Amino acid sequence: MSKPIYFDNHATTPVDPRVLEAMIPYFTENFGNAASRNHAYGWVAEDAVEKGRKQIASLIGANSKEIVFTSGATESNNLAIKGVAEMYAEKGNHIITAATEHKAVLDTCKHLEKKGCRITYLPLKGDGLVDLDMLRDAITDKTILISIMYANNEIGVIQPVKEIGKIAKERGVLFHSDAVQACGKIPVNVIEDGIDLLSITGHKLYGPKGVGALYVRRKNPRVQLTAQMDGGGHERGMRSGTLNVPGIVGLGAACEIAQREMPAESARLRALRDKLRATLEANLEETYINGTMEHRLPNNLNMSFAYVEGESLLMGINDIAVSSGSACTSATLEPSYVLKALGLGDDLAHTSIRFGLGRFNTEAEVDYVAQKMIDVVNKLRELSPLWEMFKDGVDLSKVQWTAH
Amino acid sequence: MAYSDKVVDHYNNPRNVGSMDKSRTDVGTGMVGAPECGDVMKLQIQVNSATGIIEDAKFKTFGCGSAIASSSLATEWLKGKSVDEALEIKNTDIVNELALPPVKIHCSVLAEDAIKAAINDYKTKQGAPVSAETVS
Repeated sequence: MSKPIYFDNHATTPVDPRVLEAMIPYFTENFGNAASRNHAYGWVAEDAVEKGRKQIASLIGANSKEIVFTSGATESNNLAIKGVAEMYAEKGNHIITAATEHKAVLDTCKHLEKKGCRITYLPLKGDGLVDLDMLRDAITDKTILISIMYANNEIGVIQPVKEIGKIAKERGVLFHSDAVQACGKIPVNVIEDGIDLLSITGHKLYGPKGVGALYVRRKNPRVQLTAQMDGGGHERGMRSGTLNVPGIVGLGAACEIAQREMPAESARLRALRDKLRATLEANLEETYINGTMEHRLPNNLNMSFAYVEGESLLMGINDIAVSSGSACTSATLEPSYVLKALGLGDDLAHTSIRFGLGRFNTEAEVDYVAQKMIDVVNKLRELSPLWEMFKDGVDLSKVQWTAH
Repeated sequence: MAYSDKVVDHYNNPRNVGSMDKSRTDVGTGMVGAPECGDVMKLQIQVNSATGIIEDAKFKTFGCGSAIASSSLATEWLKGKSVDEALEIKNTDIVNELALPPVKIHCSVLAEDAIKAAINDYKTKQGAPVSAETVS
């Protein structure tokens, strides 16, 4: 077992050795520019790019002509949202998104707000799901885009994408979904799901960092975007810039492996995740699952350990790499906005840990992590005045705190 | 974030963890912070009322490693000091001793507040009967 044990696979994943192997020739002997049309170096690179495009398209049920390569999901989200806002400005200026979206979506929307767009940030239900009635009610004749993520990066909750797609179609609104956490983990199909634009990135599915893609629907409807990067007119004019050929080869290979192995791998991860949860719950009282377990990525567990502050917990499990929703672990001194959007009190948000299992985690690691968590939570509860008060039957919500 | 060796030592081997009977007149209790802010410190002192010397100190802290270390260190420093000497402990002393980074200075402030709150509680308890007599 190599330490620290990596349980932070929502943040990033290691490159699969099979992916790396596929990429290597494209750094050295096959170094050509995919846009070079008049010699073999260019043709070899172009062939590799087109193969990658097919592999990505296949994973999400798209046509390879609908894939636009980018530098990653942040760029894909920017291109989708700003590109639609500019292209469809005559039709309307209203965009609907959700409070638990990734910052790459939220901050893009905030940017557009300053430029005159109107943004609706839908609140979430307590289980982390979008309220579809609220979504329907939010749509106006000025609405041009709905941007709702496929699965959340903190709580792993999978949104009712198909229903959202249907609503968008009925009302003639485009639907963008940031699917970086979902692609390669659960079945995603842009046709069945009614998605018009979809963001994907390499490094969340065992591919390289610095490469991503945006699916842009070509039929029913044909989606147009205003480019956000001007230059040589690559990628059908939507995203100029010399293509990252080794990155694209890696992203493609990663998609192919994920698609092939998904049925077995998602069952394996689900079993590991469920074991981790069951062991923690059997040995620790006052633990809370954040977000619904019913609609959730198989590799995600987000749990609050009441009366134990998240950063001190991370310090005690320093041979395990996980994330916490505690304020102390972020630069902002604010606890997780995702957990707060579920209506979770700051006190429980401060005690949350996100476990993100991945392809290279083993059952022995799950057993180790569970035991370590139990030991450290128990130790810190012995140190916690809140735990003592809870055990003495004090209602903490009635205490007058001297807040700072 | 990287922690100083001293913070890690206090976190791994916290000194003087525990609770005293807060109804005792020779015990002063200070509880500061709030759960929604991510820090709550409870610090208690037991004072020899004849000498005014703090004979024992205990803490319990909900908070990050630096908050735990700050309160653990505070209990170490309190023991053997007179109440007046204890009031001179400054948060900056804790910052220097534990090499706390700027984002963790609030932990040391909280520890100083906890010391003051505990002493205040002790003094109130000691003073209460006296002032009651004065009134009557």
